[in-house]
Amino acid sequence: MPELPFPLPPLPTVAQVVFILIAVLAVIGSLMVVLARNLFHSALGLVAAFFGAAGVYIVAEAEFIGVSQVLVYVGAISTLITFAIMLTRGMMFGATSPRNRQSGTAAIITVLAFVVLAAVLQAIPWPQVGEPITDGQVIIAGLGYAFVNQYVVPFLLLAMLLLVALAGAIMLARDRK
Amino acid sequence: MNWSDALIQLQYDLGAPQELSWLVEGVTYFIGAFVIANAALVLALLLIWITRKVISRIQDRIGPNRLGPYGLFQTVADAMKLLSKEDIKPKSADTLSYFIAPILSVVGVLMALAVIPFGAGLIGADLNVGVLYLVALGSIGIMAALMAGWGSNNKYALLAGFRVVAQLLSYEIPMVLAMFAPVLLVGTMRMQELSQAQSLYLGPINLGLGWFVFLLPGAFLIYFIAALAESEQTPFDLLEAESELIAGFHIEYSGMKFAMFFLAQFLNSFFLGAIAVALFLGGWQGPFAGQVPLLGPIYFFAKTFFIYIVIQWIKGTFPRVRIDQMMQFAWKVLVPLVLTLILAQMIIMKLPLPMWLNYVLVLAANIAVVLAVLNIMGDYFKREQVRTKRAFAPKSLIGTMQPVSSSSGD
Repeated sequence: MPELPFPLPPLPTVAQVVFILIAVLAVIGSLMVVLARNLFHSALGLVAAFFGAAGVYIVAEAEFIGVSQVLVYVGAISTLITFAIMLTRGMMFGATSPRNRQSGTAAIITVLAFVVLAAVLQAIPWPQVGEPITDGQVIIAGLGYAFVNQYVVPFLLLAMLLLVALAGAIMLARDRK
Repeated sequence: MNWSDALIQLQYDLGAPQELSWLVEGVTYFIGAFVIANAALVLALLLIWITRKVISRIQDRIGPNRLGPYGLFQTVADAMKLLSKEDIKPKSADTLSYFIAPILSVVGVLMALAVIPFGAGLIGADLNVGVLYLVALGSIGIMAALMAGWGSNNKYALLAGFRVVAQLLSYEIPMVLAMFAPVLLVGTMRMQELSQAQSLYLGPINLGLGWFVFLLPGAFLIYFIAALAESEQTPFDLLEAESELIAGFHIEYSGMKFAMFFLAQFLNSFFLGAIAVALFLGGWQGPFAGQVPLLGPIYFFAKTFFIYIVIQWIKGTFPRVRIDQMMQFAWKVLVPLVLTLILAQMIIMKLPLPMWLNYVLVLAANIAVVLAVLNIMGDYFKREQVRTKRAFAPKSLIGTMQPVSSSSGD
């Protein structure tokens, strides 16, 4: 085998290949959300992006968060968004422009948010886990205990908030007679 | 021993180098996924045949009996016909969602196979969030129905899409909560451990009859009703109410794309039965399943086919419910009852009592829920019958009608 003038880049591991595929899905989905000319296609792109995020969690061995992501975001939130789009007449069919007068402002804010986030993510000393986590069940149980012990007040407050939102939705939608 | 460990060991024995372990594992999981997904598609042919035979017997017909023994190959011929049909796309349909929807509906159903324990060690992937995974898969089916309904650019398809989403979302709640009754009892979401927990030891011998249905009949009943609605079976097959919506959200689909929706529906009812078996009917447990591991898959499939035949029996017997009845039943009957049941079970399991007394109390709470469901439904249908009778009474009688006495046989 002849000597190469430069060293070959190291082969990506299986996990990296999987991550790249999932990341491509998430990025294409996100681009579709902002670039699609049809609002329903934007919603579908959002679903793809949610799936991508769930895939990233699963690659990071956080199955519980990944599955919850699918359950909550794909199952509930994107269905809600799709319904809202479908019930808005005139939005569903026909093209709408993905741009409006605020494109410039939005671009500036997005770039600034990206810079801030990138700087923060770079600056954080990420903890290195020595060995792979094998038993996710302990983590789920730990999460449950934390909710009812250490974080019981925020947990109950969130539950109250959801209950109030639920009651409010029923009040808004009820038959006024 | 797990099937994947056995297959990996076999590859090393055949001379696979140790340093290529990622390739060996990849090949193993590919073989597993390939076998299980294709077996499911062959299974669908059998399921359609069973449905036709059971329904024909109920309707006093013979059913398919020309092609192959007992007409077994009739479905194969039908599949050939669907394959050879022209692939039509409506001119104004939305290309992206129109083509992705049938694929997505089948994918969502097939993915459930990964966590179903067919036998001891026979499970695709024993995820630590197995039950939650099954719950999350339901949302893929909802998206597929929405995409098909919207993408085919047809009023009826869109209406059916709305209907199916309303139905699936409403019945998902009681189904999921009922699925968590065994999870609370065992304290794990792994499907394999849930199956293992349903053993019953008589001395050293595993009778395999500690099925959760004996302890949680109420949760099983609620799960079964909700699963019927989730798999769009009678009496909840509203989305294909021919007189109202022609065919449902797949009205614009033909040929193989229609076949995929059809396939997804049949497989879905079978897999919901399989989940019922794994969670409530002992999974692969049965007499001597511990001693003879080969009996495990046999028990599992026997139970699942039994549930499937019961579903077809219901399909041949019950009329279709109205949409308002369906929604009322989900939100006013099933959801409150299943919430009460889960809450009662949580409190009872934490009471400082001997173990057997806890179980007796859980059983009592479940029986109370079963009685409540039957009572509410009986009352409702009694009132509904009276109302219908009045609605169809001749106009000249209006105003002269006497209130129906409760002993008149209504």
